[in-house]
Amino acid sequence: MIKHDVVIVGSGLAGMRAALEVCKELDVAVLSKVYPTRSHSGAAQGGIAASLGNVESDSWEEHMFDTIKGGDYLNDQDAVEEYVKAAPRVIYELERMGCVFSRTADGKIAQRSFGGHSKPRACFSADRTGHAVLHALHEQILKESKSIKIYSEWSMHSLTIEDGQCKGIVVSNIRTGEVEVIQGKAVIFATGGYGRVFKITSNAFASTADGAIAAFDAGLPIEDAEFVQFHPSGLYRQGILFSEAARGEGGYLVNGNGERFMEKYAPSRMELAPRDIVARAEQSEIDAGRGGGGKGPGEGFINLDLRHLGEARIMERLPQIRQLGIDFIGVDCIKDPLPIQPTAHYSMGGIPTDMFGQVIVDSEGTHMPGFFAAGECACVSVHGGNRLGTNSLLEAVVFGERAGKAALEYARKTGFEKINESHQKTKVLKVMEEVYQSDGTESYNDIRNEMKEIMMANCGVFRDEDRLKECVDTLQKLQVRFKKGKVTDKGKLFNTEIYEILELSNMLKMAEIISTAALNRKESRGGHFRTDHDKRDDENFLKHSMLSKSEDNSIDIKYKPVVITKYQPKERTY
Amino acid sequence: MTTFRIKRYNPEKQPEPYFEEFKVDATEGITVLDCLNDIKWTQDGTLSYRMSCRSAICGSCAVKANGHAILACQRQAEHIADKDDTVTIEPLGNMKPIKDLVVDFKPFWDKIDKVKPYLHNDTPAPEKERTQSPEEFRLIDDASTCIMCGACYSDCNVLEVDDNFLGPAALAKAQRFVGDSRDKSTLERVKELSEPGGIWDCTHCGECVERCPKPAQPFYRIKEVMASALEEGVHNNNGARHALSFTKSVKHSGRLNENQIPVESVGFFNIKGLLELIPIGIRMLLKGKTPPILHRSIKEADDVKRIYRELGE
Repeated sequence: MIKHDVVIVGSGLAGMRAALEVCKELDVAVLSKVYPTRSHSGAAQGGIAASLGNVESDSWEEHMFDTIKGGDYLNDQDAVEEYVKAAPRVIYELERMGCVFSRTADGKIAQRSFGGHSKPRACFSADRTGHAVLHALHEQILKESKSIKIYSEWSMHSLTIEDGQCKGIVVSNIRTGEVEVIQGKAVIFATGGYGRVFKITSNAFASTADGAIAAFDAGLPIEDAEFVQFHPSGLYRQGILFSEAARGEGGYLVNGNGERFMEKYAPSRMELAPRDIVARAEQSEIDAGRGGGGKGPGEGFINLDLRHLGEARIMERLPQIRQLGIDFIGVDCIKDPLPIQPTAHYSMGGIPTDMFGQVIVDSEGTHMPGFFAAGECACVSVHGGNRLGTNSLLEAVVFGERAGKAALEYARKTGFEKINESHQKTKVLKVMEEVYQSDGTESYNDIRNEMKEIMMANCGVFRDEDRLKECVDTLQKLQVRFKKGKVTDKGKLFNTEIYEILELSNMLKMAEIISTAALNRKESRGGHFRTDHDKRDDENFLKHSMLSKSEDNSIDIKYKPVVITKYQPKERTY
Repeated sequence: MTTFRIKRYNPEKQPEPYFEEFKVDATEGITVLDCLNDIKWTQDGTLSYRMSCRSAICGSCAVKANGHAILACQRQAEHIADKDDTVTIEPLGNMKPIKDLVVDFKPFWDKIDKVKPYLHNDTPAPEKERTQSPEEFRLIDDASTCIMCGACYSDCNVLEVDDNFLGPAALAKAQRFVGDSRDKSTLERVKELSEPGGIWDCTHCGECVERCPKPAQPFYRIKEVMASALEEGVHNNNGARHALSFTKSVKHSGRLNENQIPVESVGFFNIKGLLELIPIGIRMLLKGKTPPILHRSIKEADDVKRIYRELGE
């Protein structure tokens, strides 16, 4: 059995930032199913928010209000306050670590406008900010390599909870297929999002809900799963990300008739309204037949027009996305508009934690000793019903640091408890063996495609009762069919097929959790829009959903109150 | 239908690699990675390769296509296919294959580690950010776009014959700090990078620039480190002496003095190094390849000198 004081699963911004905290005193392991620099944090483009006021005067209070209004008042305001107050400090720390930032003429960190933010607050490194921060943290990890052990290309299968406390994880080495238990005094999940359950998504192949489902399977709840953000500018058909920075720099959204349609939906903020509003506006235009291409969810496109920005500005501020357009669809945004569509992008929901990254197990805020979570896989909740652009990189760094601190604090006072290694290992081996032996008639690929189709069509930008019921029903049937799948690779060596099947199993469960939560939230708020309940309903739904596994293996739904401190819910207009 | 000839390798089953053909309907806009996925998901689940972001930023999916390293997610199949509508896919070069298209990146990461890839600055930090002008930012902008995909490492001609070479990616990463106005170890860095295996072992073939999927373009970064090394006065090595002797010779006569350059590169007082030149000289003599003993200037040597003056040396 492998032992480390603290075990971190996931090596994106949250995971690496946490590791840098823990390594100050204890021995820490970081597990990644890819290599740390391949983590999906690196795909974030536009910026990281902080009220530095380098371009215009700004304050944490304004950042706080914008975040809460953007989240449609579902955010826990005590956590939001801590989070926005910490922002300037963590940015300066990243800068001192060596993070490369674009600069103002007087040498300060440059900042630009972003959707839903009332001030230019996005610190950036051209249009590859996530990449810049990811590599800066990775550099520090290499520097601290004596106390941080990296397990690259290891997969996490289950979370070990015994006697009411978290004791470690069961993992396997993708290269050899070997299953191991890693015991830790504390475990931190920083496993990212689960956008891969949708057909059109900006997410990496690795974003498959492994962390959320490991927690769910261990009996822990998932909070606010129905809140999935659709990013307004996914590349048409591919879904890959075209930074909101394109609109932050002044890009227009134009429908098939050549109209800047945002005038109808958010006259004061136009293209820089929050993402939920822009994505709905786009989908409405497409559904009404005013887009290009087809009609309906997942079909059709809107034009993102950057031509008026001019070559010099595009080359300075948006060079990477210009290249993406050329490489992926042969469109040069200096000369032509880019076809885009809403793409599943970010999960506001996740494993519930308090503002210190400590995982909580119920509506009363009871802790799960030894278990922490941070970043997209967690739900603090600082984003409420809809996250503002550039707030996610900030979340990963702020709460990565906090979870790291809390885990360090906890592990310092705790010993290695007795752990039933063989029992934990056998459970995982049994699941893996079932997959290895699966010799049925179903194609895992068909099941995956059908899941992605139904989630896009029935649980996407617009939802209603009938479609959600059909969605839940379909997903349950797919889980039955999954048991009759057929595997072709029976080898142990770098068998990526087995891991894709295990990921599919996680995604099917996650998709059911998302659509079940969506079915039960009979209102429209932030990223969750019900055409049959198209208004926000604070009286009945100003609360977080908490879905967990019930005794009979079905899904149990509870709710948790929202923490409101400074800003009472108001009507949300832009 | 496009034919994909894929190099298969699974030492659990058979020790030797072999090629296998698959047909894929590579319609317009389909990337090479989409084709690999189509093969894996509908034809042969045993095919192994790495992938993650599919937007050319994570660096997982680099493979060789028709002999050259590419990012599979970044290139459209129809642009890659040869005139017989065939794409030959192989694992990256200069690294050991593990299974099919998956190679062992350990030596790649070990070399990144060797260049001390983190900012060094012990001076007390200001309350806010350390300032850096937009011009200073631009000096590290290109190097910072590297995604560590290994495409340059795979196709590097020096690494093919010299394992000891740090390779283009690690040297580009080094430039990211050598060129950073906030870093305080420039001199130590360029000294270490001037050691054998470092910048001066690059043969300037430019292959890494061709293969780099991002603006990082390692060879240009290596040249920048070379310039920094010379500026910092780190001349006491064959590479720097060679560069300086080369420049001097051209300035003096408009052409290379091939008798003088090897001697100046090795160093006048380096007896062992000079003795090592003798067998090479003898072999050249026997093959009739020795340069003329008397070195003559070209007719336009004065013009060359004028160019040097105008460039401010």
